[in-house]
Amino acid sequence: MASTGPTTQRFARTAQAARSERAQKVAKWVFGAMALAMVAPLIGIVTYLLYRAWPSLGWEFLVDLPRKGMREGGIWPAFVGTLYLVTISLAVAAPIGVLAAIYLNEYARDNWFNRLINLAVINLAGVPSIVHALFGLGAFVYAAQFGFSILSASLTLAIMTLPVIIASTREALASVPRAFREACWNVGATRWQTIRAVVLPNSISGILTGIILQVSRAAGETAPIMFTGAVFYKAVQRGDLFPYRLGDQCMALSMHLYTVSTQVPNVKESIPYATAIVLLGSVLLVNATAIAARVFMRRRKRW
Amino acid sequence: MSGPGELSIITRGLNLYYGAFQALSDISVGIRRGLITSMIGPSGCGKTTLLRCFNRVNERYDYVRTTGEIIVLGRNIYDPDVSLIELRKSVGMVFQRPNPLPVSVYENVVFGLRIHSDRSALKRADLDVAVEKALTEVGLWKDLRDRLKVKATTLQLEQQQKLCIARLLPLKPEVILMDEPCSALDVEGTRGIEELMFELKGRYTIVIVTHNMAQARRASDESIFMLMGKLVEHAPTEDLFLNPKNPKTLEYIEGRYG
Repeated sequence: MASTGPTTQRFARTAQAARSERAQKVAKWVFGAMALAMVAPLIGIVTYLLYRAWPSLGWEFLVDLPRKGMREGGIWPAFVGTLYLVTISLAVAAPIGVLAAIYLNEYARDNWFNRLINLAVINLAGVPSIVHALFGLGAFVYAAQFGFSILSASLTLAIMTLPVIIASTREALASVPRAFREACWNVGATRWQTIRAVVLPNSISGILTGIILQVSRAAGETAPIMFTGAVFYKAVQRGDLFPYRLGDQCMALSMHLYTVSTQVPNVKESIPYATAIVLLGSVLLVNATAIAARVFMRRRKRW
Repeated sequence: MSGPGELSIITRGLNLYYGAFQALSDISVGIRRGLITSMIGPSGCGKTTLLRCFNRVNERYDYVRTTGEIIVLGRNIYDPDVSLIELRKSVGMVFQRPNPLPVSVYENVVFGLRIHSDRSALKRADLDVAVEKALTEVGLWKDLRDRLKVKATTLQLEQQQKLCIARLLPLKPEVILMDEPCSALDVEGTRGIEELMFELKGRYTIVIVTHNMAQARRASDESIFMLMGKLVEHAPTEDLFLNPKNPKTLEYIEGRYG
């Protein structure tokens, strides 16, 4: 090759290019590994739980009462208690949260008052659950005189989930294209008509998902209900779906898990694991329903 | 303005502020009934803002403050007893990107009727008539008569845009505002919309904002040139493009800036 001519082929890989490509490969593997590292523990946990829980699992375990000082038997009162707490808390939090989010997203103008509300919502979402527990104790148990009861515990959980429901609902509302709203405004629709005819139908799946995701949070929290209405043990009818009244105290799965794991000696080994599986299983079941509902509603809306 | 024909829209000394920013200053203009008036000018000159003033939909977007008068169809639209609902029924708008609602073609057309009437007052037969009439008026009836149940967002863009125009018609508007209605469409689609505008002209007053000077030139009767929130020149389209009075208009239509 002549000394004046090009010394390399055109577009050949230079050292610099090779380094860039190597770095790119490394980055891809690192990120991929992290994604995998996130899934692996989940699978590990579930497998381990199932393995340890196996001896106790079964229909009997679900519908039976805890026996012999919670060392044997099932978890029915705790299971139903969690159902009560989650259902009532979401029945309170969901309407308030959704309506508040609609106000904040569709009506509120950008002024200091609404910015203050926003700030409050964001900060409330970050408050530790133990603080909510204390608040619930002071506000519902003592000040409102609901006592240690399902009502107090549910309201405390509702206060805790409310800000997250507001935030997720706002996100769902904000994802509705503005073009749809413009279309309505320009045929003379009021804001409310716009919300009802266009915004809600197109965001309802996102709103529901946000609410249902809070089921797992409400079901899993221990501190707020421990302070306000959940007890170690409460006898109910085996398999009874409506054993509690609003003013009663109740058992709950999260609390029960804590009790049988740490507070009671000589518990049959598989019982805490089986309790965890029931808690996890019911939450996953609810979430799966949510996903199914979402997929179903998605299929109807396409823009 | 001289000549026959009354004015559909009149503004007098209109100023508009977004917060501290003045987007329109001292606009006084008269838009003639039954004609197509185009508004041209570089980006940010205020033409869309002015268009949105005509049915006060501006107020839904930002903090806006307006001073001056806007008289639409003989009525000052800032009078306290003016209902925005009634105003927007008479003054409809079409947007850059066609924005059919994600429901059927049929429901899109009757959307306005459903909003503005009691459920019990709407007879299926009346709605059917309204749909046929509106779709016929925009030239979609032949293509879509058997596809009324189809979701509107699956139509071609040109059909979507025509449907957006058809959606206004059952409310019997008198003014149709168009905000760059062809900018998302191809050549064929643009031609289709422009031909439709000629069809609708006369029955409706049409105001169209466009970036496309050639479109303003071939599709409008009068043109308004705006710059930096001010109205620079308003003349019959032919005059504005052939004999612009203002040197800034000349420079713009020659493409020296924009």
